[in-house]
Amino acid sequence: MAILFYIFAALAVLGGLLMVSLRNPLSGAFSLILSLVSLAGLFAMLNAEFVFILQVLVYAGAIMVLIIFTIMLLNLNKEELEEPPVAWMRLIFTALVCAVAAFGAIRIFGHVEAPKIEMTADFGSIEGVGRLMLSDFLYPFEVISLVLLVAVVGVVLLAKKVI
Amino acid sequence: MTPNWVDFAIIGGKAIFIWAFALSLIPVLIWFERKGAAFIQDRAGPNRAAVLGIRLAGLIHNIADVVKLLMKEMMIPPQVNRTYFMIAPVLGFTFILTSFAVIPWADHFLVAGRNISMQVADLNAGILYILAVTSLNVYGIVLAGWSSNNKFALMGGLRSTAQMISYEIPLGLALVGVFMVFSTVQLNEIVRGQGDLLWGFLPRWGVVVQPLGAILFIVAAFAETNRNPFDLPEGESEIVAGYHVEYSGMRFALFYMGEYAAMVLSAAMITTLFFGGWQIPWFPTETIVAHAHVWLKVMLGVGGVGALAFAVIMFIWARRMRVGGFGDMRDQEGNVLGTLNILVGVAMLFFLFKVAGMNSLPEWGARTVTLVAQISAFAVKTIFWCWVFIWVRWSLPRFRYDQLMRLGWKNMIPLSFVNILLTGLVLILMGK
Repeated sequence: MAILFYIFAALAVLGGLLMVSLRNPLSGAFSLILSLVSLAGLFAMLNAEFVFILQVLVYAGAIMVLIIFTIMLLNLNKEELEEPPVAWMRLIFTALVCAVAAFGAIRIFGHVEAPKIEMTADFGSIEGVGRLMLSDFLYPFEVISLVLLVAVVGVVLLAKKVI
Repeated sequence: MTPNWVDFAIIGGKAIFIWAFALSLIPVLIWFERKGAAFIQDRAGPNRAAVLGIRLAGLIHNIADVVKLLMKEMMIPPQVNRTYFMIAPVLGFTFILTSFAVIPWADHFLVAGRNISMQVADLNAGILYILAVTSLNVYGIVLAGWSSNNKFALMGGLRSTAQMISYEIPLGLALVGVFMVFSTVQLNEIVRGQGDLLWGFLPRWGVVVQPLGAILFIVAAFAETNRNPFDLPEGESEIVAGYHVEYSGMRFALFYMGEYAAMVLSAAMITTLFFGGWQIPWFPTETIVAHAHVWLKVMLGVGGVGALAFAVIMFIWARRMRVGGFGDMRDQEGNVLGTLNILVGVAMLFFLFKVAGMNSLPEWGARTVTLVAQISAFAVKTIFWCWVFIWVRWSLPRFRYDQLMRLGWKNMIPLSFVNILLTGLVLILMGK
């Protein structure tokens, strides 16, 4: 199972790197999908089956389709996609910051024992997640749905000139 | 630790079975499409291609098709984005075949102390898995449209994306009612829940307890598979052939087969959710197991007599071909098929004679008979719904694009909310 974790983790990081480095926006979007799907694989390995499905369904399936839809409608021409000159100073600085952060993370988290969590029988299943959302996390759940409602109303307000 | 070879073999076997089921239905459906179109338009349909005089009423045309597509040059136009152009057809087909993993095709098979569930993966998330994987299916079409670097292909891809996102919403919402009634999302549990009887005589199928949900789901499934009346992504009159206009050879064939595989998947989903899946109405699994010898005799008897009757029809046809026939081997087709059917029929009646004296079957035999009966029930229902897809295609005209969007967003989504509300109300009133 460990090897699967490394594969998914490497793919997720690779997808993220490609996403910021590829010039073609559609290639970037597909790298992001690769990253999201690898994350879904990591969720599946953590027994979070429902989160895995939602990750694929909502992020890789729905949101990314909309992003790609927009990219395809943008109709970029060749000049806009040309490579800018490489900013070496920035690159070196970023690499340094990343290296320091990675070193610190390994030093701090390298010898932390993961806490042992007793898994209930319905952990990660639809029943388990549903029960949690409508009992312990009812208040945040309702607040999030209100936030989404505000977003929907806002979009209608922006899109329609006369209401 | 010894790896469980038997378990691996069973899972592999199940995966191969459902893929073989889906893939072998594709040529049959193409044949259905051609013969069905011919039947509805009052013409003969394909009847020329023959192997050694055997034509099988046009089924041999599929072999000719495959040979043609394999021999054809796979053109890659110079302006396309090569990588994406090559990946796109494979993506779409892969995702559709992957989603068959959670479709159940029979009840649990108890043999040698094992309880084998007759679906490749009994996921807790069940049907949501199909929704997740088919939502990725859009990428195949989008990529094909975009990478072709062709205005018509891009238009086709855009249309398809917009349509599939729009109709995924009523599709998912129509499912909510089913989840509420059967209080599970696992497909095998949903099918088992449909085995009960309502008021003592009506099978509690999804379509009986969720009529509005069933209609919404079927309409949305038509849109998801890009079939007529929702086949605007390949509207020939406006955008040539849509997203696959630049494809040729086997890459085109992958799109073509993907469409039929998606049809099989949709038909299997409609069957499983709303038409009882593998359930044979009024005969739950245990009843069939208990009376397996009767079922075996009836199946053998009907099969044998049917084969013999078909053989007689074939021989009469072959006799009539003697005068005014083709004058070559095709005239003998009736005789060949008739002889084969006589062999099959006689073999079946012979087995019937062998088991005639039995009053019960051994446990494994009874289970196997049940399995065969339930797989047949599932296959018959699925093939019927595949036929409905073809039937509708040759009966209805295509929508206009704004009509399509209006139907999806302004009619079907509100209706599916109404369905959820009504289902909830009824469930509360019934005190569940």
